[in-house]
Amino acid sequence: MAGLEDLYREIILDHYRTPRNKGELETPPAHRTEGFNPLCGDEIVVYIDTDDNGLVSDIKIGGQGCSISQSSASMMSMAVKGKTVDEARQITSAFKRLMSIHETNVGGDGSEAEADDFDEIDADIDLGDLEALQGVVKFPTRIKCATLAWNTLSQAFDEIAEDS
Amino acid sequence: MSTPTLDVAAIRKDFPILSQVQDGKRLVFLDSAASSQHPTQVLDAMNDIYLHSYANVHRGVYQLAERATSAYESARDSVARFIGAPDPNEVIFTKNATEAINLVAQSWGRQNLKPGDAIVLTLMEHHANIVPWQMIAAELDCEIRWVPVTDEGELDLTDLDQLLDGAKVFAFTSMSNVLGTINPVARLTQAARAAGAISVVDACQSVPHFSTDVAELGADFIAFSAHKMLGPSGIGVLWGKKDLLDAMPPFLGGGGMILNVTTEGFTADGVPGKFEAGTPPIVEAVGLGAAVDYLENIGMDLIRQHEVELTAYAMRTLTERVGDDLLIMGPSEPAARGGVLSLSLADVHAHDVSQVLDEHAVCIRPGHHCAKPLMRRFDVNATARASVYIYNDIDDIDALADALVAARDFFSL
Repeated sequence: MAGLEDLYREIILDHYRTPRNKGELETPPAHRTEGFNPLCGDEIVVYIDTDDNGLVSDIKIGGQGCSISQSSASMMSMAVKGKTVDEARQITSAFKRLMSIHETNVGGDGSEAEADDFDEIDADIDLGDLEALQGVVKFPTRIKCATLAWNTLSQAFDEIAEDS
Repeated sequence: MSTPTLDVAAIRKDFPILSQVQDGKRLVFLDSAASSQHPTQVLDAMNDIYLHSYANVHRGVYQLAERATSAYESARDSVARFIGAPDPNEVIFTKNATEAINLVAQSWGRQNLKPGDAIVLTLMEHHANIVPWQMIAAELDCEIRWVPVTDEGELDLTDLDQLLDGAKVFAFTSMSNVLGTINPVARLTQAARAAGAISVVDACQSVPHFSTDVAELGADFIAFSAHKMLGPSGIGVLWGKKDLLDAMPPFLGGGGMILNVTTEGFTADGVPGKFEAGTPPIVEAVGLGAAVDYLENIGMDLIRQHEVELTAYAMRTLTERVGDDLLIMGPSEPAARGGVLSLSLADVHAHDVSQVLDEHAVCIRPGHHCAKPLMRRFDVNATARASVYIYNDIDDIDALADALVAARDFFSL
């Protein structure tokens, strides 16, 4: 049986206690997307600014949630800031693969990561600190906590693509 | 002579699931408000039907079918007796309380509601007593009005008469599944009647825990689920006044709910058959009947007394042990509430609290408890809810306190 230390790694607690990129961005120009975990009521808000070169020039995270959802959102914001949208999507896919491919979407339309998608993804993406969240897969009910921010991010990218 | 108390040790022997050990620790089950456990008497009654008397009901003329039908119908009699229903035919078996409320909203609502009519709900409702009304309101263009909730977690009835003015439906819970608040049901149904509205009572949290008399409550409909009162999942109850049920159209169509079917149309059966389309939850009904017998055998007043004592002990102990970091939502007087304690632990999210509690083999429920409007009212996303029943004792509460202290220490900033 997996213990608490598998789930609550120190880096996770650090991001929970001191979340990075927490706050809001002015909309417009930023894009705002809300995500909900219907199981527990957690809400997350992702604000993204993308520049003319397709770069995620800024990202802020709002909302409330448990240590897993909040730390995952915090690490996500660091992982995708300054990356291109395509790179950010690849990181998202890699992270969701880390979280098990059977996880079903909870973030809204357009954010499903189906198993087939992963075959085409470069497996060499370095997730860095995010790998600390790997222990979450041993606690299946918490996977949705970890993926909430990422599903919301995917939805935000889809919305931005539709708008442009 | 000393006051009788519940013999929890003896009761626990009837619940083998509770004697299991999780990671070397005694299992502490404090989630009965979500779904309760089953005594062997319920399991044996269900198994006995499967082993000796199973067949479809109301169909066959062979002896097995006669026995199955008789067992199914005597469960209806038991439930009617348990809630003081004057006529067992007023007891409709549904899939769960949610379906029971949907039945009223769709059948009574579609027949009686018109555009502009008002439906009154309270802010402390479970989604099961909100969404069915929102669905029919959206379809028929009705207005929904909300009875507010005070900071203490009680209904604010200051403007009740205005809210009910011209309303057609007043749907409310007898006891909050989040706050434990026990509502003054008789007073509320009387107010509804005075305003010309029907009253629909979500009684899921009260029927399992204290004695229920539908005449005393004065309600037009009450709904509850077997799985919160020691019975199986898959069966719930709608009780309604006979004249109302008689006048309502069927909800679901199919076999078992008709008198006649031709190529031109159908004639519906009378109650309860009219509302029990398809093969019903036969064995589940027998399980519910056995659960009712089990509860009656203990005595609902003794159960209520036990839960008030345990709730008082829990509120005192948790406050002493965990201190100011812990907020217990809802009424502060144990006798004014049921055995449901929604807890907020300082900055620790309910999901994280429950995860640490699970390490201590303590089962509680984190989340919004299907009551998001209420959670928004109190500006919280999630709480950790502990709820007690007949098989819980002070050892369970002490284990909860230990685990909460551990959770606080683990996440201390």
